Amino acid sequence: MDEVLLRSLTPGVLAVLVRRGADFAAAEDAVQDALVEALRAWPADPPHDPKGWLVTVAWRRFLDAARADAARRRREDAVSADPAVPAPGSGAAVDDTLQLYFLCAHPSLTPSSAVALTLRAVGGLTTRQIADAYLVPEATMAQRISRAKRTVAGVRFDRPGDVATVLRVLYLVFNEGYSGDVDLAVEAIRLTRQLAAAIDHPEVAGLLALMLLHHARRAARTNPDGGLVPLAEQDRGRWDTSAIAEGVDILQAALARDRLGEFQAQAAIAALHADAPTAEETDWVQIVEWYDELARLTDNPVVRLNRAVAVGEADGPRAGLAALAELDDSLPRYAAVAAYLHERDGDLATAARRYAEAARKASNLAERDHLTRQAARLNTRLNAGRSR
Amino acid sequence: MAKYLLLKHYRGAPEAVNCVPMDQWTPEEVTAHVQFMRDFASRLEQTGEFVDAQALAPEGTYVRYDGEGRPPVTDGPFPETKDLIAGWMVIDVDSYERAVELAGELSAAPGAGGEPIHEWLELRPFLTEPPTVTE
Repeated sequence: MDEVLLRSLTPGVLAVLVRRGADFAAAEDAVQDALVEALRAWPADPPHDPKGWLVTVAWRRFLDAARADAARRRREDAVSADPAVPAPGSGAAVDDTLQLYFLCAHPSLTPSSAVALTLRAVGGLTTRQIADAYLVPEATMAQRISRAKRTVAGVRFDRPGDVATVLRVLYLVFNEGYSGDVDLAVEAIRLTRQLAAAIDHPEVAGLLALMLLHHARRAARTNPDGGLVPLAEQDRGRWDTSAIAEGVDILQAALARDRLGEFQAQAAIAALHADAPTAEETDWVQIVEWYDELARLTDNPVVRLNRAVAVGEADGPRAGLAALAELDDSLPRYAAVAAYLHERDGDLATAARRYAEAARKASNLAERDHLTRQAARLNTRLNAGRSR
Repeated sequence: MAKYLLLKHYRGAPEAVNCVPMDQWTPEEVTAHVQFMRDFASRLEQTGEFVDAQALAPEGTYVRYDGEGRPPVTDGPFPETKDLIAGWMVIDVDSYERAVELAGELSAAPGAGGEPIHEWLELRPFLTEPPTVTE
């Protein structure tokens, strides 16, 4: 049983039901029922046309549920009598799928609701899988999803949506880290690929390239104990070269269209890192230029913080510290950047103090452990120097 | 999407404004308080923000390793100087502002005279999984 195939069919099936006039929440329930049924029935009796099978079963489930409800039955009658509703099977399935992405990322949803709804309705994950991934009880996730469905229930399905909101949601999924049996980064890449196939948009390509380039380095990013390995110390032999090549190809095609956006610029930076055979050979000058582009495209202060790191590499730690001084020191990771630049500038005592401060402010365990080790490393050196 | 721990103290937090020990309340006031806590949790379940809630017994014991081949040392229950945790609630919310808002609501649980307790709750963020993008 190919669960990935099943999931990839989900948005298309859901979209067909909605186009036939099913309301979103009821259609989504029916599709989930059909998926469960497929998992049960397919191993013994694989269908010739999996999508057609799912549409048939889901539509039957939807009609059963609708018949059980008087109000819904009236709506169903109205739909079947409405000549404006296209006949089943007609129309552009691709556009329907796209509408589904827009609906699940609708601006009326909070980020966590949009993420949950996207994974469920577009990704075809079960509520349990999503709950596990986000470490919340299944009942909580079920409520989050049904509230999200209610929120978008009144949204018309025929208006074009905002690609930027969809991309933000997919990037949130990708960047969440993961803990359950579903790898959210892989899931985000799959959904972004699907989106890229449905829509021709340079920023969609940019996000896909960015994800592939980051994902390519994942194996090298942690040591066997789960500790963080900084970029400069990563074993580049463990980077996934085919994912890098694919990411670079996608990015180049996107950049060639001359409609630069935030994700393309970020992907360009990731590509420059991926392109360097050693950390020393990294083209920091070009990376700074891309950060300047990125700063023009977004007012995100984290971009300027990262730019300060790149300036420190391109023009030396003093220049990096000068760029840092222009920023608000309450930014997340400000202390960590300051520590790094002070160490490179030879001021070990300040660096040790800032590393310890950064560790206290870290929001995740792996990062805190890493920063604590940096502080400990410098303090050990400083103490050895004193006792000599 | 961040998890926060709301810590309720028996002792160790600054004193509540409406600070009357629970055994001095009327039974109806105790019932109202308990109901408030239940309603609060169930409301968070419905908003998709509830993760966990547990109450703890007031009796705790400090335990320490006492060297090879020796049983652990305990200080016995109730040393007067300890902080005591009464219970916790874990929430999963979209922002720090939302976490503060919810903690504020929980602190307004009814106490003596049916008036809000105005107790201090400790709000602590969980350390998260490392994000996928770290560099």
